[in-house]
Amino acid sequence: MPPAIDCQRLGKCYRVTTADTNAVCGYRTLRDEVVAWVTMPLHRLRRGARAARASEFWALRDLSFAVKPAEVVGVVGRNGAGKSTLLKVLSRITKPTAGRVALRGRVGSLLEVGTGFHPELTGRENIYLNGAVLGMRRREIAHKFDGIVEFAEIGPFLETPVKRYSSGMYVRLAFAVAAHMEPEILIVDEVLAVGDMAFQRKCMGRMREVGQSGCTVLFVSHNMAAIESLCTRALLLDGGRLVHEGDVADVVRQYRRLVLGPSGDGIAQLADRSDSGRRQRIFRSVTLLDSEGAPTNFVPLGGLFHARITLDAQTTIAFPAITIGIDDTTGQRLLSLVTPLARTVVERVAGRCDVECRVESFPLAPGEYWLKLGLAAADVPLDDVERALHFSVLNGDAFGEGRGIHRGLCVAPSTWSVRDRTEHSPRKETACRTAVCSS
Amino acid sequence: MKDVQVPPLTLVEPPRGWQGLDLREIWRFRDLLYFLIWRDVKVRYKQTVLGATWAVLQPLLMMAVFTVFFGKLAGVSSGDLPYPVFALAGLLPWTFFATAVSSGGNSVVGSERLITKVYFPRLAVPFAAVGAAVADFAAACVLLGVLMLLWGIAPGVGLLAAPLIFGVIFLAAIGAGTLLAALNVAYRDFRYVIPFLVQLWMFATPTVYLQPAADGSGSSVVQALLALNPMTGLIAAFRASVLGTPIPWAAFAVSSVAAVGACLVGCYYFRKVESTFADII
Repeated sequence: MPPAIDCQRLGKCYRVTTADTNAVCGYRTLRDEVVAWVTMPLHRLRRGARAARASEFWALRDLSFAVKPAEVVGVVGRNGAGKSTLLKVLSRITKPTAGRVALRGRVGSLLEVGTGFHPELTGRENIYLNGAVLGMRRREIAHKFDGIVEFAEIGPFLETPVKRYSSGMYVRLAFAVAAHMEPEILIVDEVLAVGDMAFQRKCMGRMREVGQSGCTVLFVSHNMAAIESLCTRALLLDGGRLVHEGDVADVVRQYRRLVLGPSGDGIAQLADRSDSGRRQRIFRSVTLLDSEGAPTNFVPLGGLFHARITLDAQTTIAFPAITIGIDDTTGQRLLSLVTPLARTVVERVAGRCDVECRVESFPLAPGEYWLKLGLAAADVPLDDVERALHFSVLNGDAFGEGRGIHRGLCVAPSTWSVRDRTEHSPRKETACRTAVCSS
Repeated sequence: MKDVQVPPLTLVEPPRGWQGLDLREIWRFRDLLYFLIWRDVKVRYKQTVLGATWAVLQPLLMMAVFTVFFGKLAGVSSGDLPYPVFALAGLLPWTFFATAVSSGGNSVVGSERLITKVYFPRLAVPFAAVGAAVADFAAACVLLGVLMLLWGIAPGVGLLAAPLIFGVIFLAAIGAGTLLAALNVAYRDFRYVIPFLVQLWMFATPTVYLQPAADGSGSSVVQALLALNPMTGLIAAFRASVLGTPIPWAAFAVSSVAAVGACLVGCYYFRKVESTFADII
């Protein structure tokens, strides 16, 4: 049987506009074009053809792989590895520069939920519009309409314009429409991290159903748990190339090694970030320390979390608010540690200094997390670093009750007591400490 | 059922020069085209007090303005016809054309999310924008009918040609709309060029004035320029067919050739550059 997705030596090249060509904003105006055309011979002479080629950026390079029908394959990789570009090429949104792909079957792609939603239209109208955008026929949408409404849980608001929806209702409706596509090849970008926990579980369940229904699925995610539970095989991309392909557990292991790479020792150098945009670059590095004061990537469950942030402020910043955010791998914020809230008001920072933050018993459940940094003064954000450092919380004997937690997102020390209510017995209290889960 | 059929094969390859129009693909996505038109029509007058009345009010007000300034103050000749009806019969197809061209020209840039996140035949976007303009035109036609009743003007057999003439105007609008839409993606200058262009084009078209007769007061240069404008023949033919005056078939034929040509140029150019839309939009 021929593969459902057959990708041969695929390449995608973007021309990167450099600062000296005047096209700073990325749009080419007619003037730029005319100027470029007139000065082209001059530039050729001055820089030579080699320099012109240097402004090319290959988002995908020489990528070959095949996916068998009914296979569920995960695509993992760091930010900028080329995952989204690959999905865009496969779903025919953009054309490749080299190579070719053969797709056998009706392709449905879901790169974003709610594409084509119009805020002025009602829920009912948007179901039809979005369904058509996703490639469904009118009759097909009418047939699935009740199922979509039920899945989205928006029944009473069907005739309300979606601009009056809460953001939760909006994404629920959007995902519900998408979940009712019935393609033979489904291409999904990171879209499952929508809605609340209950809805996410529902989305995962739906994805699993799709995978088991004989549909070929290509699935991009940063959430390794989702990849591991949905996929049988995975591809690891880095720098636009396929670096590893195979069994999902194996690829996830490789991915972790890759992600932990430079910051694998618990230190992330942030001085020469390029993505900081217009803000200042104040954060220099962040280090996670263990109880001995040595850099680490692991925090024991319920144990010490100790982060050291090195700052370098060019000017004096009065009353800075420094935030350490802890996100899970889907980007969901789980914990924020903020200076003013913790009553350790820092009066000023100037020049180079170290800021330390300690949480004596770290409350998050075992898993993988990202540490995010933010610095603001008088509510004006000055610097922030998304995904500054990757770390894991290790399962362990958190509170001396003999075992780690099994359910929930976080842990809390708790005191339990038992009072005997039977008659005449002397008051007896048994106290013990154990972990309580909340989810 | 699924496994008996040979699944459709889709090849994704690097773009190679000029592409066919691939009308079959657009036909496959006809439901999307329908819903895009339906969305534009539905949304246009949302959250306005007067709602769809605007579709009638706009040409009515335009007609009033031109009647006062051109018909009364400037004394522009409208031949044997009462000026308001004469102006409206020209303004109707013109307003359709102007709306279609400007909304078509801005349609692709305005659908950035769709273009970068979903696959569908890109031509559907400007087609839908032009298609949505038909709704306003239809509403305004009712107004013209009422005015003709008031002035007691009966259309002749020529009215039968009106759908054909409108069809050609539609093709011309598709041509200009898709061409401008494609250019607008690469060169945002067109966002500012389009309104100006439409304005200029209106005065270069005998919409609210009568086309100067061949041996009349107008200079021969102006004559030649007006004849080059394909909208001249189309607007004149539409007005003639609706108001029951002789249809200038020769001018219409020349303009039709120009309109079909514009449509082909616009669509083929659009197809040629559409593969870059998602990257540069």
